Amino acid sequence: MNASVRRAAVLGGIRIPFARQNGPYARASNQDMMTATLEALISKFSLEGETLGEVSAGGVLKHSRDFNLTRECVLGSRLNPHTPAYDVQQACGTGLEAAILVANKIALGQVDSAVAGGFDTTSDAPIAINEDLRQVLLGANRARSTTGRLTALTKLRPQQIVPALPRNAEPRTGLSMGEHAAIMATEWGITREEQDELTVASHRNLAAAYDTGFLDDLVTPFLGLERDQNLRPDSSVEKLAKLKPVFGGENGTMTAGNSTPLSDGASAVLLASEEWANAHELPVQAYITDAQTAAVDHVHAREGLLMAPTYAVPKLLERNKLTLQDFDFYEIHEAFAAQVLCTLKAWEDPVYCRERLGLDKALGSIDRDRLNTHGGSLAAGHPFGATGGRIVAGLAKALAEKGSGSRGLISICAAGGLGVTAIMEAA
Amino acid sequence: MSDRYQQLVNTPIGKIVSKQIGLPSPVKLERYEPGQPVVSGPVLLGAAKGGRLAGAVAKVLKAIDAEVHTPLEQDVRTAAADAGIEARVWNAEAAPEDETFQALVFDASGIADSTQLHEVWAFLHPTIRRVRRSGRVLLLGTPPDDCSKPRQATAQQALEGFVRSMGKEVRRGATAQLIYVGRKAEDQIESTLRFYLSPKSAYISGQVVRIGASALSADRIDWERPLAGKYALVTGAARGIGRAIAKVLARDGAHVIGLDVPALENELEETIGGLGGSTLVLDITDDDAPARIATYLLENHGGVDVVVHNAGVTRDKTLGRMSDEQWDKVIAINITAQERINEELLGREVFHENGRIISVSSMSGIAGNAGQTNYAASKAGVIGMVHAMAREVGKKQLTINAVAPGFIETQMTAAMPIATREAGRRMNSLAQGGLPVDVAEAIAWYASPGSGGVNGTVVRVCGQSLVGA
Repeated sequence: MNASVRRAAVLGGIRIPFARQNGPYARASNQDMMTATLEALISKFSLEGETLGEVSAGGVLKHSRDFNLTRECVLGSRLNPHTPAYDVQQACGTGLEAAILVANKIALGQVDSAVAGGFDTTSDAPIAINEDLRQVLLGANRARSTTGRLTALTKLRPQQIVPALPRNAEPRTGLSMGEHAAIMATEWGITREEQDELTVASHRNLAAAYDTGFLDDLVTPFLGLERDQNLRPDSSVEKLAKLKPVFGGENGTMTAGNSTPLSDGASAVLLASEEWANAHELPVQAYITDAQTAAVDHVHAREGLLMAPTYAVPKLLERNKLTLQDFDFYEIHEAFAAQVLCTLKAWEDPVYCRERLGLDKALGSIDRDRLNTHGGSLAAGHPFGATGGRIVAGLAKALAEKGSGSRGLISICAAGGLGVTAIMEAA
Repeated sequence: MSDRYQQLVNTPIGKIVSKQIGLPSPVKLERYEPGQPVVSGPVLLGAAKGGRLAGAVAKVLKAIDAEVHTPLEQDVRTAAADAGIEARVWNAEAAPEDETFQALVFDASGIADSTQLHEVWAFLHPTIRRVRRSGRVLLLGTPPDDCSKPRQATAQQALEGFVRSMGKEVRRGATAQLIYVGRKAEDQIESTLRFYLSPKSAYISGQVVRIGASALSADRIDWERPLAGKYALVTGAARGIGRAIAKVLARDGAHVIGLDVPALENELEETIGGLGGSTLVLDITDDDAPARIATYLLENHGGVDVVVHNAGVTRDKTLGRMSDEQWDKVIAINITAQERINEELLGREVFHENGRIISVSSMSGIAGNAGQTNYAASKAGVIGMVHAMAREVGKKQLTINAVAPGFIETQMTAAMPIATREAGRRMNSLAQGGLPVDVAEAIAWYASPGSGGVNGTVVRVCGQSLVGA
């Protein structure tokens, strides 16, 4: 076993523009999008024919046939077929978790180079056959005689033609993620206006990131789409104020504007040891310094479903002897504007920090000008598995531009009451 | 004693009619039942910037296991966290319309000048209509006398007018009080806060309460039986308000020594017997009464903890028609006897440590009443006595206070002419008469070993009567 730990470097990443559900990528599969993204990464870093340590990627909505999708993407790419691969799945935390997994392997010397990626399509969604029909067919399959098979098939009924659609609901509460976020918004007294302001900032920052060229080497066109389809550079609080609430009832504060839309897309990030990067003459943008996951009990203790990052971050801070204010960039995934605001308020709240997080005092507030400086999921969209890669690649570049000593915090909430967080530092 | 009007307006049809023609609509006030929580619903705690009481209030709210909500402001959230309360967040702008509170508590002690009074408005404006039936609005401030700067004293005094108006505005049996907490008295607020948050203070509203520092700790009190192991003498205990006082003090754990005149001995035995107390039958106006009382208490109980001067009579006549017997009797029973008993008990050191003297005054003593020159003089005298003796008894770690009941439903009021009775019942913020137990609960609050910081005060148990306000 290798006793020494190396720094896991982020060399850069790329993604395809994110599309809205049933938009330009309506007919693109996860494999199409992930392969195209991998190809773009190969071009960006001249990885053609290269045998990498491994490729790790995943998505949330997958067909059952895609049990080995990442490996298939590798085989469909210009990477050396000897590059191993595996799929990861941790709801919306998938992309960041993939990066953490390969970073840890690099740190331990188990691999020298790796790609972490993620994808999701809500358009080309897996539709399963009706559960009753499935049971009938499996029963017929189990029967040993023709008579037995025919007897089993007599259980076929017309209503079994109705397929099983993927549901955006928590299995143990039956509530959609938006409904959970609406509960959190009420608990924390989040106003519509605050949410809309955060949403406008997200669009404004993403638009600026395109306009200034920041995203030029981070986004590659796909199927005719050059920018994220959801981006509304002219978004304003006045315009958002006109939208009707979609979660939390008639008087709810959450709208289609301040919640992320269902979207399609993929992303990939190249990570390596410093030696590998040097040998390939690729500059290091940033390091993944540390990572922490956490989970809340949204089932029994009725904790906010998307509040798990609030638990994870203090652990990261303590382990790295940092305060919440010690970061130049905060990448807080915007599943919903309300959820970002709840997270920030929780960290500012002496009660929450002491009673829930077991801290002596509140973590305090952050400089909002450092939050999601190049746009967030509200503007870009949120293909579940692809968001982590979008954030890691963007933050690595931002840190590289900011220069040595700069530091960034990533916080991603996920279904199931999960949270995935990480610290990155500039090279 | 039944209030038929109140019953009528609380029928479905009565509600509609009274609302349509704008009649007062008194609700049935929630009253305390042993074992029930201090507050039956959520409490919203707020604080003006720079206040010094939120922490002490939060501790009490924690002790009573209240469901606490606070605005998302650092000071008050820190106070809640320090008290170990997992307070929920309140934001008026985002709150559901149907969210209501059993109590609103605001620490206004930080208000340093009249411009900062805006914070009181900001806290109560969006919340005052969210107060539940028999809800509570409590403001805590700094006594103007304790303020070093004129502007601060001015603003703190302004709270009085605010709260008195609030008491008249809140509906459905809700009440509002101002509690001035002196410097270094922050640790003395629990008994008072518990009382004014709970249904025990059902018939008190628009009052200003002062809490001062006390050398005695208010910790480690069994709030279910705060008077356990204490001896309480109640004069005039055979019936009416006195009987209610005896019952409530016994409920709170006290051994009650019920005192009344020989003519009421049977009733006295009946009242006190059921409470496991003792009886003392004598006429307090007898020359040797104070000495006999003192001797009895010393010999049988080693002293006394609480003395409630409840015995009182009326001999109503306009002054021109009033006989000298009528004058003398009222003065002798209602005030002179109290003075003589106090002097004897204090002189012979009959009081145990942390003892209490509690007198029953009357609204007549504050406002005056035609036909009651003798009675009003005696009851105003009680107030004077309380004020005059507070400093002296305070030095001995005792307190002296008085309650001034307004219209309380008793046999006496039941015998009033209907017009007088109805006027008395309705002319207050709660639009109804109080019950003897309401007076008794106020006395039990004074009697509590946790009320050592409350000295020399008079609280009106009158539903915020329009009279004498």
